[in-house]
Amino acid sequence: MEENERKLSKLSRWGLKKSPWAFHLNTGSCNNCDIEILDVLTPKYDAERFGIVLVGSPRHADVLLVTGIVTMQTYPRLLHVYEQTAKPCLVVAIGACACSGGIFDGSYHMVGPLDKIIPVDVYIPGCPPRPEAIIDGVVKGLAKL
Amino acid sequence: MRTTIPVGPYHPLIEEPELFRVVVEGERVVDIDWRTSYMHRGIEKIAESKTYDQVVFLVERICGICSTSHPIAFCNAVEDLVGVEIPERARYIRSIVAELERIHSHLLWLGLAGHYIGYHTVWMWSWKYRELVCDLFEKISGNRQSYAMIKPGGVRQDIKASEYGGIVKAMDELEPKMNMLIGAILDDPVMLARLKGVGKLSREDAVKRCTVGPVARSAGVDIDVRRDYPYAAYDAVEWNVITQTDGDVLAMAVVRLLEILEAVKIVRQCVDGIPEGPILEEIPEVPPGEGIGVEEAPRGECFHYVRSDGTNCPYRLKVRAPTYSNLPSFRSRFIGERVADIMIILASIDPCYCCTNRAVRMEDGKPLRMLDEKNLLDLSWERTKELERSFPQRSRSWLEI
Amino acid sequence: MKSVDPVKSLQERFPDAVADVELRSDSRVYASIVPGKVRDISRFLFTDMEARLIILTGLETRAGMEILYHFSFDQLGKILTLRTVVPMPEPRIDSIATVIDGAEYIEREIADLFGVEFIGHPNPARFILADDWPEGEYPYRKENKGRYPYRTEEEQEEVRKRIRNKGTK
Repeated sequence: MEENERKLSKLSRWGLKKSPWAFHLNTGSCNNCDIEILDVLTPKYDAERFGIVLVGSPRHADVLLVTGIVTMQTYPRLLHVYEQTAKPCLVVAIGACACSGGIFDGSYHMVGPLDKIIPVDVYIPGCPPRPEAIIDGVVKGLAKL
Repeated sequence: MRTTIPVGPYHPLIEEPELFRVVVEGERVVDIDWRTSYMHRGIEKIAESKTYDQVVFLVERICGICSTSHPIAFCNAVEDLVGVEIPERARYIRSIVAELERIHSHLLWLGLAGHYIGYHTVWMWSWKYRELVCDLFEKISGNRQSYAMIKPGGVRQDIKASEYGGIVKAMDELEPKMNMLIGAILDDPVMLARLKGVGKLSREDAVKRCTVGPVARSAGVDIDVRRDYPYAAYDAVEWNVITQTDGDVLAMAVVRLLEILEAVKIVRQCVDGIPEGPILEEIPEVPPGEGIGVEEAPRGECFHYVRSDGTNCPYRLKVRAPTYSNLPSFRSRFIGERVADIMIILASIDPCYCCTNRAVRMEDGKPLRMLDEKNLLDLSWERTKELERSFPQRSRSWLEI
Repeated sequence: MKSVDPVKSLQERFPDAVADVELRSDSRVYASIVPGKVRDISRFLFTDMEARLIILTGLETRAGMEILYHFSFDQLGKILTLRTVVPMPEPRIDSIATVIDGAEYIEREIADLFGVEFIGHPNPARFILADDWPEGEYPYRKENKGRYPYRTEEEQEEVRKRIRNKGTK
């Protein structure tokens, strides 16, 4: 029984590595990181050729790309989205805000940073991080699995 | 029978996760309400504990797309308070940066609008050309976004003479591509059928709801901060305010597209006419008082009010971003429209606010089925396909350019 | 369009309600008005003088709660700021959302952040603060100086716990 489970989890981890589907979650950022995430998908960087797609529902996602400081209003929704995501999933904190709170650290409407709330696999600092950094971070995260 | 569709709060493309409660009867929208707070970061309060120099970096992060507009508006307010004149060269640099940002922002909007109606070619192409501007910014300021070029009293970084050539070259490269893109979009019968007459805003409503920027201009309200309250170098160069009269989504697209060409024109003239000299007028201290700064952001008028009590931090900073004024116009624009057009009307004001990811269709208070972003997009795309079928001889020639 | 000076006609129309008119520069005018007249004055400026409401600013000073109404005369290139002061600790003022649609959301925002009551507002629901924000706490008031904007790590943990215990919907 346990043997089977271990094999299954190994299989699902292996499956994650090929053409990961990403769900993008903005929890109170300034849109900079969000634009750079989209930039990764457009012709100059074109991550879509590797089968990396932004999906519309967290239930389809292998990777959660989270930006922003996690405001009070988004907090319950963030938990909700995280619950819906199929596990195992890779949680990537993108930008200074998601990593540490950045310039907004300690604001009265903030409950983050992200790693206080859900386990984070990869931190990509920068304000905003360059598209190359985002690609590099996700690749490194997938290699960890 | 009335059905409420919450649109939002999550969507991959937005500045702010927002929630719109759209009430529909059958296919038609009958009411809409708006709930924000998802992005409330308390910036105005944080600003009270930062020095004037630090606040510039803070307001730069209000919005990543307008990351030059807010600092310029804030600096205009501080300069109004102190009563300093900024050096001539700093004015020109501010204009160049602001107009480059307008190009990148409008291209970004165009791409997203294409995405929402199922024209991915438009999305990919306009974002490809946008990269030209991002690369240019990287050369000038060192960062693709959040350029940190502006400072109270002038600019933080100079544009070197060796960089002029790169700017002109990028503009030369951009202009024919823009003309091609504009021609392609305005010639396409499906695009026209999809955008014309959709989400109409009358001139009276535009005035009544106090709209600003391209939204107001598309409805025939002739306002532009760059002309009405001249700042930076806009009074020293030749350019036109673009207005349309229809107030529908197409008119908004036309205003933005033509503004890209105007922006190219302004950048060229600024690079030509930029004088030599200092770039910063030091502000040693900010006296007690109050100041107002306005700036024409890509989305409309950006307003900052600063009150000082003589310390090195603002006593109060009030920020009014353009979308704040433009959003209430939704109420006039949605009523009577189809559900399939929700996406594009939301997008027409500004890409920042088209957030449609987790929507539940409620019927008599009970959830009927999940309508996520994909469903709404599918609805929108289906409609484009339907229209495509009704135009069999549609020219595809522009795709082969 | 308008050749008349809007400030002059405002003074003529409401001689008792407008005071301290100050022309700081060609494009910036400030004036104080009586709080009770704010709805009439807004209606006059908006419909008769064709001004555009830019925004309202809430601001707490020693004198009380200042509410500033910023109007723009785009054709003339003038920004007119009307200043009203309402007494603390329970600031109340007439809502102008009934005469200017564009004021609806900003009045809700000021009500959230400063606790100003706008009398006659058509829809005074919470707008800018989170659903979980405690009632009766106004982060922008100066009495909360030191407490806001910054929260310590312990306070944040407390907020997290409170929201988590409510469960996700």
